Amino acid sequence: MEPKPSEYKTGVYVDWCPGCGDFGILSGLQMALAELALEPHNVVIVSGIGNAGKTPHFIKANGVHTLHGRLLPFAMGIKIANPNLEVIGVGGDGDGLGIGAGHFVNTGRRNIDMTYLLYNNGVYGLTKGQASPTLRLGIQTKALPQPNINEATNPVALAIVSGYTFVARSYAFDVMHLKDTIKRAIQHKGLAFVECLQPCPVYNDINTKDWYGGEDRKDSAGKAQSRLYKLENEGFDPIVHDAAEVFKKKVAGLERAEEWGDRIPIGVFYQNPFEPTFQERFTKRIAFYPENPPAKQQLKDENGISSVDLGQFIDDLKTS
Amino acid sequence: MIIESINWMAGGPQGSGVDTASTIFGRACGYGGLWVFGRREYHSNIKTMHSYFHQRVSKEPTLANISDVDLLAAFDAETVVRHVGEVVNEGGIIVDSRDLNVNVLKDIATFSEDYKNFVRAYMKDNGIGETINDFLNYTKQKNIQIFPVPYMDLLKRIGEQLKIEKISMLSKMINVLAIGVSFAILKYDRKLVEDAIKATFHEKIAAMNVTAVDYAYDYAEKNFNTNIFKHKLEKQETTQPRIFLTGNQAVAMGKVLGGCRVQTYYPITPAADESEYLESHEILKTKTGQEAVIVLQTEDEIAAVNSASGACLAGARAATSTSGPGFSLMAEGLGWAGNNEVPLVITLYQRGGPSTGQPTRHSQQDLRFAMHAAHGEFARIILASGDIQECFFDAAEVFNLAEKFQVPVIHLLDKGMANCSQTYPVFDYGMVKINRGEIVSEKELEGKEYKRFQFTETGVSPRAFLGTKNAVQYYTGDEHNESGNINEEPFIRRKMMDKRLQKLDLIDKEVPIEMKVNFFGDKDSENIVVSWGSPKGAIIESINQLKSEGFSCGYLQVRMIHPLPSAHIKQMLQNKRRIIDIEDNWTAQLGGILTEHALVKPNYYILKYTGRPMMTTEVYQAIKAALTDKAPQRQVLTLGA
Repeated sequence: MEPKPSEYKTGVYVDWCPGCGDFGILSGLQMALAELALEPHNVVIVSGIGNAGKTPHFIKANGVHTLHGRLLPFAMGIKIANPNLEVIGVGGDGDGLGIGAGHFVNTGRRNIDMTYLLYNNGVYGLTKGQASPTLRLGIQTKALPQPNINEATNPVALAIVSGYTFVARSYAFDVMHLKDTIKRAIQHKGLAFVECLQPCPVYNDINTKDWYGGEDRKDSAGKAQSRLYKLENEGFDPIVHDAAEVFKKKVAGLERAEEWGDRIPIGVFYQNPFEPTFQERFTKRIAFYPENPPAKQQLKDENGISSVDLGQFIDDLKTS
Repeated sequence: MIIESINWMAGGPQGSGVDTASTIFGRACGYGGLWVFGRREYHSNIKTMHSYFHQRVSKEPTLANISDVDLLAAFDAETVVRHVGEVVNEGGIIVDSRDLNVNVLKDIATFSEDYKNFVRAYMKDNGIGETINDFLNYTKQKNIQIFPVPYMDLLKRIGEQLKIEKISMLSKMINVLAIGVSFAILKYDRKLVEDAIKATFHEKIAAMNVTAVDYAYDYAEKNFNTNIFKHKLEKQETTQPRIFLTGNQAVAMGKVLGGCRVQTYYPITPAADESEYLESHEILKTKTGQEAVIVLQTEDEIAAVNSASGACLAGARAATSTSGPGFSLMAEGLGWAGNNEVPLVITLYQRGGPSTGQPTRHSQQDLRFAMHAAHGEFARIILASGDIQECFFDAAEVFNLAEKFQVPVIHLLDKGMANCSQTYPVFDYGMVKINRGEIVSEKELEGKEYKRFQFTETGVSPRAFLGTKNAVQYYTGDEHNESGNINEEPFIRRKMMDKRLQKLDLIDKEVPIEMKVNFFGDKDSENIVVSWGSPKGAIIESINQLKSEGFSCGYLQVRMIHPLPSAHIKQMLQNKRRIIDIEDNWTAQLGGILTEHALVKPNYYILKYTGRPMMTTEVYQAIKAALTDKAPQRQVLTLGA
């Protein structure tokens, strides 16, 4: 029987601000875990620092709340040691694209079979509203003393060019879409990235829930015209069906990733099932790696003595 | 006694095969039953800058380097200038005939202005002319024999015989010609040299090089009067199985033996050789089949330390290897591991700092840094090995310490040991134990709530790996409660701090003193040397020599520097008349730690911070000066080019 999303809740008080987009992401993730019937002890939620970093404490599954910007290296180490674990990284935009940008790019090169959710609200909330790497040039959210002097990075585009093989975007307050996107990300074989757009009701007074929802641009019938549109509704096909299509599909994804402002796409931008995962690359050299990964090896014999035979090393070094 | 030895040095531009030549030289000596201690020095550079390898060869084991050179094989003019002063009376210099007319101040592009000024003063003081020939003539007062070899002519002849026209291909063999000439002058068995070449190169390349060695031997035997050269290398019989290895190799072997199955690293000198050696042996033979070590080159040291921690949480024994600049970047990750009681192993090879410092040179400057790196207070272990054999066994044991006490362990090494190569009897590793500490299984946890940081009497909580059924677990860099969830209550804070830091007492109590210190020499002596790390070999040789001269002295090697076995050290040091602290740094870091924790202050310091390791020659003189009351409180050693 499929577990209920509530079974993935913990008793820990959720201390996010009322109206925070994080609630939607947490629900979407718990629903995805439930629908995929993943067992809590086989799931590891790895987070960085900031409000997003607290997520693991609220989910009934293993939780590793790490350092600012470092969730991907921790996640990589866990997954390499035991590739049978379902590893899901969660972190903010400052965490992933400011202090952690080097890991963001380099993890892409490895196509590790795990999932990474980036909570994007354009500000550093926990330190009281400074500009994050995804806030656009010239924007002055309410805690900024001056308009933002840096141009924004583009998380989706960066993920595509860095080698992530599943790249998507969703919205914290479209929980069903978010849940479905997270499910697809987890099911993807390879490194999956989901940018989760979210308002920060306290510090980002520009990209608000109303702004995303288009409350400022109602049609003649008085209906808000959402700025978000779904790629799948426009027949956009992000999937690489043939290895020869990789470049073409990346370019198509990048074109959509450039859209912002009055038309913001959500959905899957790019998906490539052909790229070998990091685990597969190791398995090519070490055939028994999937069944006997580092975390499962015996190391010792029944007497507690190391079972390694150093003969292969010693033969090379021997002089007599 | 300072052991009698023959000291050979090869020097030349980087990329000219100095290392390969030295490996062949060391192997050939090993095949003849001889013992070798080799020291490698090089610039932070790929090609053209000066590098050299000093090999001390003897009939019994030697433990350290000395500064003497009996036979210098110079691949280029620079080597002659830099090392001529180290060649002993009646020694020899092998030189490329083409270099004889090189103008020392004008023709050697790699000399810095600083070095030229130094050489200019040396030339003026000693009335030496401008050419290499003038330098060599000057050595005649020391009765040094000069062996000019026309390398290019020999290479052309070899090329004709082997039908190789490419001069670039041929000139790669200058190093092997120099070895051939060296061994011919030392009248060593040619076959052993050929065997060493065959063990070093692939078949085709080996055949070429064997031909080169033959040419070199023939040339030397025909053209040089080797009978008047007083040094000779004689093989001796041995049935003992022996290996010739570097510190980097010893650590790699020790690690896999100790169960390391994930190694992360970011390229840095002098640590990276260890990881590359591991990766080239990633599939491990075991008593029952195969296991494997995953070696992961990360994007930086931050990723290296944190991915190793991640691997530990999942249940692998994991380590990362680095040097000072990389360790600086690891500080935050080390703190996370400390706060989350992760059994992480960091292998730290010290090199000259601060900052980039001397990337390829030796130092022991990072002891206090290793003790204090990362903000906040937490328990860690620092274990410092003193020689290549200790590197090997300690590299295995640090994983037991880390897992038993659930603390990060820093295995503190240095460039001197990393890049030295030494002959040892094959290590007797058959009894190395794996102790994974307190691990709880799925079954034991059935029906219970698992708390990763459960309060216990010892401070060590039962550990379950990520993925264990019934053991959903939480970690955080924040202060946390027993379940691993964030908690800022003062009473929890106090208990958690106590839990983590009381382990320092536990470690002090439970780790046997034999693992923490070594003692050599005379226990009852009124004199004691205290030191850590790689000066070990030079100190042991020195106090042995002093003993033969009638001086009594003990030597306490401190291995576990944190937590420091203070009581034992205090007992060993108090009431001594002379306490001589020996370290490769400026601030006498261990001396300060002993003063602080064992309440005993050394009264003599022998320090070195030139970037070159300590040599028996100078350590012997400095200890002797202290023992005879002729030394200032602080002596600074400077040997080595």
